[in-house]
Amino acid sequence: MSHSGAFLYDAPGPRARRRILLGSVVSALVLAGLLALALVQFASRGQLDADRWTPFLDWPIWSYLLVGLRGTALAAAVVAVLSGAFGLLLAVGRLSQHRPVRWLSTGYIEVARTIPVLLLIYLMLFGLPAYGINLPLLWKLAVPLTIANAAVVAEIVRAGVLALPRGQTEAALSLGIRRGQAMRFVVLPQALRHVTPSLITQLVSLIKDTSLGYVVAFTELLYRAQVLSAYNRLLIQTFLVVALVYLVFNGALSYLAARLRTRVRRQVAPPSGPTEQAADRELETPVVR
Amino acid sequence: MSALIENLDPLLRALGTTVLILVVSAVGSLVLGVLVTVARVSPIPVLRGAAFAYVQVFVNIPLLALLLLFVFALPDAGLLMPLTTTVIVVLVVYEAAYVAEAVRSGINTVAAGQVEAARALGLRLSQTLRFVVVPQAVRAVVQPLGNVMIALLMNTALAATVGVVELTSAVNKVNLVAAQPIPIFTAAGLTYMALALAIGLAAGRIEKKVAIHR
Repeated sequence: MSHSGAFLYDAPGPRARRRILLGSVVSALVLAGLLALALVQFASRGQLDADRWTPFLDWPIWSYLLVGLRGTALAAAVVAVLSGAFGLLLAVGRLSQHRPVRWLSTGYIEVARTIPVLLLIYLMLFGLPAYGINLPLLWKLAVPLTIANAAVVAEIVRAGVLALPRGQTEAALSLGIRRGQAMRFVVLPQALRHVTPSLITQLVSLIKDTSLGYVVAFTELLYRAQVLSAYNRLLIQTFLVVALVYLVFNGALSYLAARLRTRVRRQVAPPSGPTEQAADRELETPVVR
Repeated sequence: MSALIENLDPLLRALGTTVLILVVSAVGSLVLGVLVTVARVSPIPVLRGAAFAYVQVFVNIPLLALLLLFVFALPDAGLLMPLTTTVIVVLVVYEAAYVAEAVRSGINTVAAGQVEAARALGLRLSQTLRFVVVPQAVRAVVQPLGNVMIALLMNTALAATVGVVELTSAVNKVNLVAAQPIPIFTAAGLTYMALALAIGLAAGRIEKKVAIHR
């Protein structure tokens, strides 16, 4: 009884245990029934035939998809580095003492968070070439993603800075160092450590967003899947396999983020007596997208 | 500017499609998300596992991959629905995972004493969840849910990639003919910003109204 809902009920007695067992059996049957229904539907159209799946045991298909995976990794890495740096600047800017800097950063963040990336991509693809701006494919994907992602990174970092006790800045200032230095040497290192899990979660959502490479015809995983499925006509199989690849890689990152989150939380508030529950159940930084 | 005025009619119709997709998906994902959360914290291990798997799947697989799967691939298995309906279904199941995550963090803010008090009054688990836990949990996460809804608005644009003529798609089409990217795309961006602002303001007002002050 250690999962997050455990505080909602008492330790079950014999009757409750019987009912839980019954509930388990019934819900397992219902879920298995739904799965069977889907499989029957798939089988009726011959989608489960072995020859539709065995191609995915061959190396050529995987080497073809791996090139796409490399493109996904490349795009994600480029955008992560750029939007990390840019986002950090924006976060510091939004927390700045200087009003124009603060307004400019706030304005950028609010605007960039509320414009669909696809709109920016269409602008890159079909709008800007009219003005003679025609970037390479990678950048047609990376620039819109960076514009959007930097704003989210900035908000995550800012939340981390605001969550830090004011005493940290005050102590640093009282030691005679300047505001910029206090930010650089005292506040940001601690804040970044606290928001690392959220930044990893954001990386997952960035990797998902690189699938927009499909729209700009940049060679990443989903685009390769599309080309592959047009060639081998195994649409369901190809897209399911590719979805599974995304699930494995992003799932691993999400798991890492969850592990780090519990660790950071334990460091922030050591579990002892009555505070344990409160620390364990604090409001997490919500993740969107 | 003239391109916008000449094409005002199709653009407004496309905006209507965007708003329709947004509203239906929002309601659907909120309902489904709360149900998933309830399964996630239920005493039945199978339901807990299923809800966990559900959230993991939809948080880790790109929406675009799901859209392509549902729109282009699943018809091969005889699963064919009207295009806009398919997109709405995908958005609902996708966004429900994020709603479930938000509501679950809200459940974590409900004090254990509330649950104990409910039990002491003789409420069953289902009653405790319905009358005590979920109402408080949702009230605690109005703002995060607003952010999920804004993300949903951003994601409605992806409907353009599978051929739904919503705002992003219509704007792109108008630009391909009129070739005035700056005013056209700026207008679209401002429209999205206005919609997001409306969601944000609504979330703020709702939060102020339903917030529990402890």
